[in-house]
Amino acid sequence: MSTPRSSSTSSPPQIPQSLTLAPARTASTSSSSSASGMRDAAEDDFDSPPSQMSEDDPGGGVGDRWEPDLRGGNGGARWAPPDQVLENVLESVLEFLTAARDRNAASLVCRSWYRAEAQTRRELFIGNCYAVSPRRAVERFSRVRAVVLKGKPRFADFSLVPYGWGAYVSPWLAALGPAYPRLERISLKRMTVTDEDLALIAKSFPLFKELSLVCCDGFSTLGLAVVAERCRHLRVLDLIEDYLEDEEDEMVDWISKFPESNTSLESLLFDCVTVPFNFHALEALVARSPALRQLRVNHHVSVEQLRRLMARAPQLTHLGTGAFRSEAGPDGALSVSDLATSFAASRSLTCLSGFREVNSEYLPAIYPVCAKLTSLNFSFASLTSEELKPVIRNCVNLRTFWVLDTVGDEGLRAVAETCSDLRELRVFPLDATEDSEGSVSDVGLQAISEGCPKLESILYFCQRMTNAAVVAMSKNCPDLVVFRLCIMGRHRPDRITGEPMDDGFGAIVMNCKKLTRLSVSGLLTDKAFAYIGKYGKLIKTLSVAFAGNSDMSLQYVFEGCTKLQKLEVRDSPFGDKGLLSGLDYFYNMRFLWMNSCRLTMRGCREVAQQMQNLVVEVIKDHSDDEGESETVDKLYLYRSLEGPRNDAPPFVNIL
Amino acid sequence: MEIDAENLSATELRLGLPGTSSSDDSSRPKKPSPSGVGVKRALDDTKSEASGTGSAAADDEDTATPAKAQVVGWPPVRAYRKNTFQAAAAKKAEQQSGGLYVKVSMDGAPYLRKVDLRMYKGYRELREALDALFTKSFSAAETSQYAIAYEDKDGDLMLVGDVPWDMFISSCKKLRIMKGSEAR
Repeated sequence: MSTPRSSSTSSPPQIPQSLTLAPARTASTSSSSSASGMRDAAEDDFDSPPSQMSEDDPGGGVGDRWEPDLRGGNGGARWAPPDQVLENVLESVLEFLTAARDRNAASLVCRSWYRAEAQTRRELFIGNCYAVSPRRAVERFSRVRAVVLKGKPRFADFSLVPYGWGAYVSPWLAALGPAYPRLERISLKRMTVTDEDLALIAKSFPLFKELSLVCCDGFSTLGLAVVAERCRHLRVLDLIEDYLEDEEDEMVDWISKFPESNTSLESLLFDCVTVPFNFHALEALVARSPALRQLRVNHHVSVEQLRRLMARAPQLTHLGTGAFRSEAGPDGALSVSDLATSFAASRSLTCLSGFREVNSEYLPAIYPVCAKLTSLNFSFASLTSEELKPVIRNCVNLRTFWVLDTVGDEGLRAVAETCSDLRELRVFPLDATEDSEGSVSDVGLQAISEGCPKLESILYFCQRMTNAAVVAMSKNCPDLVVFRLCIMGRHRPDRITGEPMDDGFGAIVMNCKKLTRLSVSGLLTDKAFAYIGKYGKLIKTLSVAFAGNSDMSLQYVFEGCTKLQKLEVRDSPFGDKGLLSGLDYFYNMRFLWMNSCRLTMRGCREVAQQMQNLVVEVIKDHSDDEGESETVDKLYLYRSLEGPRNDAPPFVNIL
Repeated sequence: MEIDAENLSATELRLGLPGTSSSDDSSRPKKPSPSGVGVKRALDDTKSEASGTGSAAADDEDTATPAKAQVVGWPPVRAYRKNTFQAAAAKKAEQQSGGLYVKVSMDGAPYLRKVDLRMYKGYRELREALDALFTKSFSAAETSQYAIAYEDKDGDLMLVGDVPWDMFISSCKKLRIMKGSEAR
């Protein structure tokens, strides 16, 4: 494609003809995938398929730059295209594009747009840290201020990925450090982050402002101390469901390491840091952090201490309440009314969580803020429905509610009657075993569907379910985007009819036209997957467990779900035939995970051979003494521009 | 009994890192059970639902594959959440196994007190607490002349401080603060 030449350009630098645009290198992959690559392959990864990532010639002379501030900061490595004006205008316009999806689309228009977009992208989103190398990323994007990286596949959360599999952030930091000295934000999910990595972040990025670690591991309070001490402009330190490596007697007083002057802290979430901390230091820190809006403390905070913190930070919008019980003896315990006064004084509170060891007597203390709450997380509070109902009845504006199944169908009925604006509901099991009693059922689900028509996202763990309730939800809640139902007993049918749950899930995909994420459970036949393939046209993430009869299920999904990005399957009777039915589609997906199905090495090898742009990993639980067995227990395959990774442990076999 | 063992192992505290596939997980079916068995099992489930979930597990003991064995990562609850509850449950159990309240008598005092031995980590804290409790009953000059003794399970009067703290807690039934003259 040639760039249009503008005749109004005033004395552009003379560019030798030899340096004009070289034709884009065509993809080495099959034509079908490059065509489909234009579609939604670049969904939310920046890594579009290689056909679009043409290799620019490096070097080449650059004439005088007459719009220096828009040309990017990496010296003379880029040569100026024929029309400098247009490109600069383009950059100014593209600055306004923020969504990665839009940017990916813009980058595909032509070389000029590609370059302009690369210069102006501020946030780099890498959905799979192995899909692209750090070097390639920093070479393309020169002025990034924020990086989001995701590592392990989601099933790692359920102990299905052995320790040491990978997803190390170190090589990324090694590249990001020199390339983006002005980097401000890093968000990592399911990655291994060491204390040395944290120190490197503090050292490499003097303007660093926001660190978010979700479901990460590998670091300890030592690393936190370095961040606290050296990142003088830190605004956000969000630690969410991480696993820290501390031993109780070796932990570091990291809270004391924050700067002694007023800090710029806006958000400090550390409820997952399980070791005790220096409370006085926290109190002082909160007192000198006037911008603090979000604070989530761990369970080592009593209500007495909580009250002191709240007094120091009445402007909080998000509060994680710690243990929510008293640590004083019977004489010194804080009274409920005094605690209520503290809550009444926090006029901006909209989001409450914590309640880690809750003493239900203190619950009424939150009544003063209930009416303004939009988000309430009781999912670590073992409370009965009788204890929860009075609280719920006050929360008329609730949009997000996370709770344990001890809330019961009755408690959910109270939610349905009160929270007409509810958008997201998550009901977690107190006893996460298959044979547990389970306190919620189809009755609760039905009630919610009737009372909360604006529901967009639901995660529901239960032991008993009916198709009728699921169908009802599909009709009453047309705005559903995320539907995750976990019937904990494997292969469990409709509790009333004894039928498979096919029709329920079928109704969900049929009626919920905005659905992008679906998790299925219960007794399911191929019919359910036929529905999913036929109607689930927007589904991006599909999670399957103990479901389906035959390989047809997989075929329906691959052929029908054209927007599928992430497919995770476990313990289902799908074999090589089903796997191979996805050959034409894998490249449009971020990944496929399958464990404990019926795959063999032969099938997996065939995929690896036919699809050179995929990385096919066969993962073993333990070192296999008998040599290679033919059955494959865990398969993880993903598109990648880099080929096999070089940091794979011995139990990972990359085909 | 096999079922009990499996259930226990599912709830036992393990110091495992996330992603560790635990070596002591109960048997997983190496191959997934054929769907025929699955359907049959499902019908068993509905029948036995009325009789309680325990019998459902017992029923399946007879089928070919160990169908109801606890399976890794199912139900899909994050390790973080599971660990949090295990830790909280352990802490609660510890606290609920009784504040270990024992009577404390002091010679010459009109009434006795009670202290919770679990509130203290060692002898020094206990001594300080007792000092605080009985501070009105004796002056500072006399403190050194007091000995703290306890009555153990056998009913014998023992001097506090000889055995390790944990052993002391488990055998102490009563505390007695004795005036110096008697203690000798």
